[in-house]
Amino acid sequence: MISIKNLHASIEDKEILKGIDLEVKAGEVHAIMGPNGSGKSTLASVLAGREDYDITKGSVTFENEDLLELSPEERAQKGIFLAFQYPVEIPGVSTTNFLKTAINQVREARGEKALDAVNFLKLMKEKMKLVDIDQSLLSRSLNEGFSGGEKKRNEIFQMAMLEPKLSILDETDSGLDIDALKIVADGVNKLKTKDTATIVVTHYQRLLDYIVPDYVHVLYKGRIVKSGDKSLALELEEKGYDWIKEEVAAV
Amino acid sequence: MSTDDQILEEFTSKEYEHGWSVDFEADEAPLGINEDIVRFISAKKEEPQWLLDWRLKAFDLWQNMTEPKWPNVKYPKIDFQAIRYYSAPKQDKKPKSLDEVDPELLKTFERLGISLQEQKRLTGVAVDAVIDSVSVATTFKEKLSELGVIFCSFSEAVHEHPELVKKYLGSVVPANDNYYAALNSAVFSDGSFCYIPKGVRCPMELSTYFRINAANTGQFERTLIVAEDESYVSYLEGCTAPQRDENQLHAAVVEIYAAKKAEVKYSTVQNWYPGDKNGKGGIYNFVTKRGICAGDHSKISWTQVETGSAVTWKYPSCILKGDNSVGEFYSVAVTNNHQQADTGTKMIHIGRNTRSRIVSKGISAGKSQNSYRGQVEIMKRAENSRNFSQCDSLLMGDKCGAHTFPYIDIKNKTAQVEHEATTSKIGEDQIFYCQQRGIDEETAVALIVNGFAKEVMNKLPMEFAVEAQKLLALTLEGSVG
Repeated sequence: MISIKNLHASIEDKEILKGIDLEVKAGEVHAIMGPNGSGKSTLASVLAGREDYDITKGSVTFENEDLLELSPEERAQKGIFLAFQYPVEIPGVSTTNFLKTAINQVREARGEKALDAVNFLKLMKEKMKLVDIDQSLLSRSLNEGFSGGEKKRNEIFQMAMLEPKLSILDETDSGLDIDALKIVADGVNKLKTKDTATIVVTHYQRLLDYIVPDYVHVLYKGRIVKSGDKSLALELEEKGYDWIKEEVAAV
Repeated sequence: MSTDDQILEEFTSKEYEHGWSVDFEADEAPLGINEDIVRFISAKKEEPQWLLDWRLKAFDLWQNMTEPKWPNVKYPKIDFQAIRYYSAPKQDKKPKSLDEVDPELLKTFERLGISLQEQKRLTGVAVDAVIDSVSVATTFKEKLSELGVIFCSFSEAVHEHPELVKKYLGSVVPANDNYYAALNSAVFSDGSFCYIPKGVRCPMELSTYFRINAANTGQFERTLIVAEDESYVSYLEGCTAPQRDENQLHAAVVEIYAAKKAEVKYSTVQNWYPGDKNGKGGIYNFVTKRGICAGDHSKISWTQVETGSAVTWKYPSCILKGDNSVGEFYSVAVTNNHQQADTGTKMIHIGRNTRSRIVSKGISAGKSQNSYRGQVEIMKRAENSRNFSQCDSLLMGDKCGAHTFPYIDIKNKTAQVEHEATTSKIGEDQIFYCQQRGIDEETAVALIVNGFAKEVMNKLPMEFAVEAQKLLALTLEGSVG
């Protein structure tokens, strides 16, 4: 589905990603772990198309298309979804109104007819049940005055509504208590199909107890320094990141 | 280039939609102003002597006044002798009904999106259309008159209801109120008159569309709304002008009189030509709008969406004279390119238990300057009066300015006055968040801006709200390239 080759990215002349190689196929869940400042969130932002970063080298192909040529909205329209670490507040715009605008622009880009009010509501009801979110939250201004848990749940709800092919969860577990974490993970699991893929960016392994990855990659100083299966995450949980740093230093 | 800068670039290339003009034969006064011009206008309108005298007195006052300098706007000195004070589309005879109105004129209004023919058929909104200086057609007149509602052009009211005009003209905005009110009083050409008798709830929105068409012409219309005891009316006003390189002056006066338990809701969507992206041309919009809640328990509510004009200078105000009367002001002012707006309101609390509410949303883009200026005055007798003011500013880019000038004057200790103000910038983060969900930049900006202005937009009548929303998006839209 997505193929990242030797990706280098910098911000204000400081190189953050120093050659990332990653291959994600449909049906797979990949976890990107790593200590703070290793470039995890940068990778998520670059894939979503944030313009603050300069791509200096490498390529990203999404469904046989050069992803780096596309604007952020085109990437979203083609099925890339980023669950933000810090969801943004938009005063005066309800989640419902926001999603209606988003879904209909996505549909227009795909040459589909806009959803009318009745069908939109139907879709909303269905997805609300799926991620267990309250109607009252959706009529409030987007993310304004939401608790941390509400914001993250709202992100997963948006993901459910937009039905992306590739979902990137950027530190979705940060700031969540264990109950909220379970609800969010549960939503992600329900949305998983054999045709979709998920990249979970996280600092801690606890989220991976609930969203079980097929592959775990450790990002350190802008490179993937170690890859493995779920057991790697458990090893990191137990031993921390220092042994990885030592290993890298020894090379 | 960052996202913000790009959007900014796009805004600056936005074109004015109503910038066309139509050549009809016009019946005009020579350029300039003097006593003879005032007499000429009055004679053209076949006015009674008392009104001519009233005009001449106003002209005399105006000559001894000086232009106000306190608004936070800059523009070259206006040459009042280079303006034409009267221009009327020529019609062979006065139209008795809509079917006799010049088809060219009707086409003009259709291009503006106001089909008068259509208006005649659909129930909903009664329209009085004023082009340059003259009211050309009023719809639904008969239907309204069955209820005793008078809705007609100002000139017509002078002839048919002189006692009402005489009683209320200048009663809320006297001729000597300010420089432009005095000028208007001397040379006003037409406008709308509206009278709601006691106990009548006007069943439809009354609406006036103003259009400046001729070159070098000033528009000086006058609107007078009188709501008798326990009556209700919702009034809408819309305006556009052709795109011209020179600046044109619009100096209108609106007066509202609300008797006991009467309620008047006045909504404006102002879209005068704002000038081009370099600041050339555009309308100077110097308007005096004021209402008096004369009776107890009366209410006047102003809602305005200001998107046009090169320079705007306008403070729709309420004099809360009756006990328990209520004044409201809801405003969205958008400035872009080189536009300047100094707008706000005055709430003068005279009666007991009077309440006022001010919600002002300023949006500045390009190199524009947007000022809120508001005055809340609580007089000695105004026991238990309350005011709440909220002024929010939204900035786009770093070349524009937002300013707030609140004046509060309290002479009664029992008053409660609150003022809240915020300033924010449309963030790259907000735009990126929208884009990540598949929404393009332009729609994202429109969404964010409409969200910001929502509290005010919600106060507009339904059919107007849709138009205003589109207009907001349009004002801030550019050719994406």
